[in-house]
Amino acid sequence: MRRGKRSAAPSDSSGPDLDGAAISVRDLAKSFGKVRALDGVDLDVEAGTVLGLLGPNGAGKTTMVRILATLLKPDGGTARVAGLDAVRDEAALRERIGLAGQYAAVDENLTGLENLTMVGRLYGEPRRVAKGRGNELLERFELLDAANRPAKTYSGGMRRRLDLAAALVANPPVLFLDEPTNGLDPRSRLALWETIEGLVADGTTVLLTTQYLDEADRLAGRIAVIDHGRLLAEGTPDELKDRVGGERLEIQLERAAQAEDAVAALVAMSDEGPPRFNGEVVQVAVRQRSGAIVDAVERLVKAGVGVADIALRRPTLDDVFLALTGHAAEPAEEQPDR
Amino acid sequence: MRRTIKDTLVIAERNLVRIPRAPELLLAFTVQPIMFVLLFRYVFGGAIKTPGFSYVDFLVPGIIVQTIAFGGFVTALGLNEDLHKGLIDRFRSLPMSRAAVLAGRTCADLVTNALAIMVLVLTGLLIGFSFHAGVVQIIGGFALMLLFGYAFSWVFAFLGMIVSSAEAANSVGFIVLFPLSFISSAFVPVRSMPAVLRAFAQVNPFTLTVDAMRALWLDAPAGNDVWGAFAWTIAIIVVFAPLAVARYRRATGQ
Repeated sequence: MRRGKRSAAPSDSSGPDLDGAAISVRDLAKSFGKVRALDGVDLDVEAGTVLGLLGPNGAGKTTMVRILATLLKPDGGTARVAGLDAVRDEAALRERIGLAGQYAAVDENLTGLENLTMVGRLYGEPRRVAKGRGNELLERFELLDAANRPAKTYSGGMRRRLDLAAALVANPPVLFLDEPTNGLDPRSRLALWETIEGLVADGTTVLLTTQYLDEADRLAGRIAVIDHGRLLAEGTPDELKDRVGGERLEIQLERAAQAEDAVAALVAMSDEGPPRFNGEVVQVAVRQRSGAIVDAVERLVKAGVGVADIALRRPTLDDVFLALTGHAAEPAEEQPDR
Repeated sequence: MRRTIKDTLVIAERNLVRIPRAPELLLAFTVQPIMFVLLFRYVFGGAIKTPGFSYVDFLVPGIIVQTIAFGGFVTALGLNEDLHKGLIDRFRSLPMSRAAVLAGRTCADLVTNALAIMVLVLTGLLIGFSFHAGVVQIIGGFALMLLFGYAFSWVFAFLGMIVSSAEAANSVGFIVLFPLSFISSAFVPVRSMPAVLRAFAQVNPFTLTVDAMRALWLDAPAGNDVWGAFAWTIAIIVVFAPLAVARYRRATGQ
């Protein structure tokens, strides 16, 4: 979060402790022209855990991943991955990381097996060994039937699995997943989530960027929210939700035109600012959950407001995201950008 | 160094394996130039006077030079696609040689260019072309063509990485190569052109290269054309290979 001290910070605070942080970032900065993509970010990911990196488009998520994966050089700060410096030790680091990107980076004209064999050989393995490893991965990702078909005949989900398999060829201890399920159908997403969970159970450290908050909630032990290149918050999903506040009462109105009446009727029972109408539901922050629904219904009936549905809800990561990135204060029509 | 060669071969293999699977590229290499040969031989050729040569002898070296120069398109299109589909990112995240992606690409072009030269020479022989030179000169001509094609592969590698899309690579490459290949001695004698075009054609490296090919394969009087053609070709490599490599290092694939 701080800026100013750039190269002065030595790497002593982020030494290569073996069972501590697998990824350790200090004061990382990167600009493209006038745009500060990363503006002094600190971040730690413990070995064998998943960190979900959240933020709107252009927040700096991909820049962070690209620096950690040695594809970009930072302007300032340090980044250590698997005990190695992402700039000074880039060649050695490439042996220890896997990268699966947004675009399913496989060669469409090669078969699944040829793709994995090529990657294995580029890690320096002889062809026979690379092929064996390729077959092993295809089996694990249930692609063996399609092993000898060009990847252009694969479905979206199959390509993502092949892409992930390619990232795993060298059994890397640290894995970067840049929006791994972007554009996948729900069933393929679920299957990919289960695969990722399996990898983490085996000890892999994962840094995951995503725009899907349910994905982060499910996979990530800790979450970091960034925007405009700055770290806004970091913690477990529960910690972040608690920071946003307690429970929320959500009331769906029979007629949206009565929103103002509803807000006026409920303002007395809100524990935190006035109730909000977001175009669909009226939200009221409540600390005391028992009796809240009955209380609210009575007030609304008295005010003559028709209620279609009413429920108590814990804050979701959507609420966290909106609260942190400031979009929550925007007019009702502004939906979170998916 | 050994690692670079190994990785280059892996990438070259990858680029060659895919050619039969994307047959439209193979057609661009083989059928299209054959159509050109037939067009000029049988449609335009009768109206073009080439003192000292039969038109088919005059034509074949010219059309081979043109075809080989355009052969680098495969590199431009392929690199551009790799960049935008994230494959370059994958390669750059691997512990492989940094030079191998480009070297593998251009080496694969050597193979496809050799194939194109064979197809065109065979077509030429079928419609009346014949060599009028010794074995050493003929082999020298093949060598010049492969080197010339290799040089243009680097030009196209650079082009493929600076333009935004494969379509853009296609049109920019075409706009540059079209005048170079047609305002030259490839299809008609330079003397038959108006003064302005003639001046351009006389300094055009394509003219130099085509004349060198005619010297090597037809024993035409060459002057310094042969050495000049080799010098031009090497100069193109010396300029564009480092440009392409520098561009590759900075490539982000955004």
